Amino acid sequence: MDAATAKTVGDIIGLAGLVLLVPVGWAATRRRMLAPLGVFVFLFVVASQATGLLISPPERGMGDLQKIMYVHVPSAWAFMIAFFIVFVASILYLWRRQVHHDRLAAAAAEAGAVLTALALAQGMIWGKPTWGVWWTPDPRIAFTTVVLMIFAGYIALRAFTDDEDRRARWSAAVGIVGALNVPVVYMSVRWWRTLHQPQSTPSTVDPAYIIGLRLNAFAFLFLLLFLVALRYRAMMADRKADAILEDRALKEDVAHV
Amino acid sequence: MSGQWRMAGDLIMDVSIDETSPRQGMRAEWSRIAAIVWKDLTMERRAKANFNSVAFLAALILLMFAFAIGPDAETLRTAAGGVIWLTVLFSGVLSFNRAYEQELEGGSLDMLVLYPGDRRAIYVGKLIANLTFLLLVEVILLVVAGVLYDLPLLGIALPLSLVVFLGTVGFVALGTFYAAMASRLRAREVLLPLLLFPMLIPLLIASVEATNDLLSGSAMGNVGGWMRLLLVFDVIFVAASVMAFEYVIED
Repeated sequence: MDAATAKTVGDIIGLAGLVLLVPVGWAATRRRMLAPLGVFVFLFVVASQATGLLISPPERGMGDLQKIMYVHVPSAWAFMIAFFIVFVASILYLWRRQVHHDRLAAAAAEAGAVLTALALAQGMIWGKPTWGVWWTPDPRIAFTTVVLMIFAGYIALRAFTDDEDRRARWSAAVGIVGALNVPVVYMSVRWWRTLHQPQSTPSTVDPAYIIGLRLNAFAFLFLLLFLVALRYRAMMADRKADAILEDRALKEDVAHV
Repeated sequence: MSGQWRMAGDLIMDVSIDETSPRQGMRAEWSRIAAIVWKDLTMERRAKANFNSVAFLAALILLMFAFAIGPDAETLRTAAGGVIWLTVLFSGVLSFNRAYEQELEGGSLDMLVLYPGDRRAIYVGKLIANLTFLLLVEVILLVVAGVLYDLPLLGIALPLSLVVFLGTVGFVALGTFYAAMASRLRAREVLLPLLLFPMLIPLLIASVEATNDLLSGSAMGNVGGWMRLLLVFDVIFVAASVMAFEYVIED
């Protein structure tokens, strides 16, 4: 496949992915659509991975090792989006004080933490044979590690705070302050050390890799949306179950008296 | 103890009575802040054990780092910037929870919240009190580090104190903010550093780099750039914490 064709196909995938984002986003907000969405996301991820692996030529320096890019780079993009969802949902919660915004922020933080850990682990697997070390304070590895720690702090705070209203307010405040730090962390580690290759975006990557990267970027975006929706539903159901149990216990008490 | 409290309370109450013009309101705000700073620092001053133990711990950490790094004078000097700032973080993080714990034990935080006026004054007051406390600890810490690590501190006293001040403001701003939550939880000792330290990594990088550049006196360094980063960090997180504090202290 020549460069021009690859570019055109890449553009078509980008457009199709954006169009597809509308029904996927809609399905993520519907409880009944969760299972079909899961099946779709699973198939989409598998197909995108297979396409990425099969159609791209082995990289000159790294050989087939480079193919980890198709999971590494998309999960890194997806965790940034997850952090953005935490930020927006936290602001919405403090503004409107609606429980579902709090649960959305929590769900995005959990999904984001998983994707961050995934991106970090893949970076390590990629880094060991390429640079000879598992972890190096290279700007983007350091950034990913710090983001993972910030997510972990957010989740730990939620785990230790029992009162529902207090947990929602506190974690919203921490989510906002934490998200504000993300660009600052990024800038500081980048100034600190710049021995890494420039970012992998379609513009710096050989056209042969565009198709796989684009496809998988959308695959991981859909995966993120599905994971967030799944955790969100679970947390809302949990809350409902708690309320029902409390109600029943109350009625039983009354019956005993 | 209660006498102190009444005095601080009266100060806060007095100034909030005549809140007529915005200018007076602003002045009343500053009086509230001053009252809280005065109260916290008076408590620290009367219970000297707090300051002494934190300052002593800082010296102890410096000594332990010196043992851990080894006897080579050159290696020690290269590591000094990082050691100094880690010591600041480790000894400083112990003092933030305490600023709220004392109030929680006596139930006086509820009172403080109930006083008229902006609750952000509580945050700013505690921020300034913590900052004063930690800056005093750092004076001792730097002198001890200068001796243990053989650092030419006198020649760079002015720029170094500016770096230390900027770094400490950001540290204390976030520390005071997170401690308002962590101090009210079961796992406060673990949770505060767990929340705080990842947030401080840009500050740590910038402070250590600036300090090392100053200590080595190299012309290659970029002290000004790192100080600007510290300033940006301070402005962002003082502003964000002041705004978010209201939601944290609400109950």
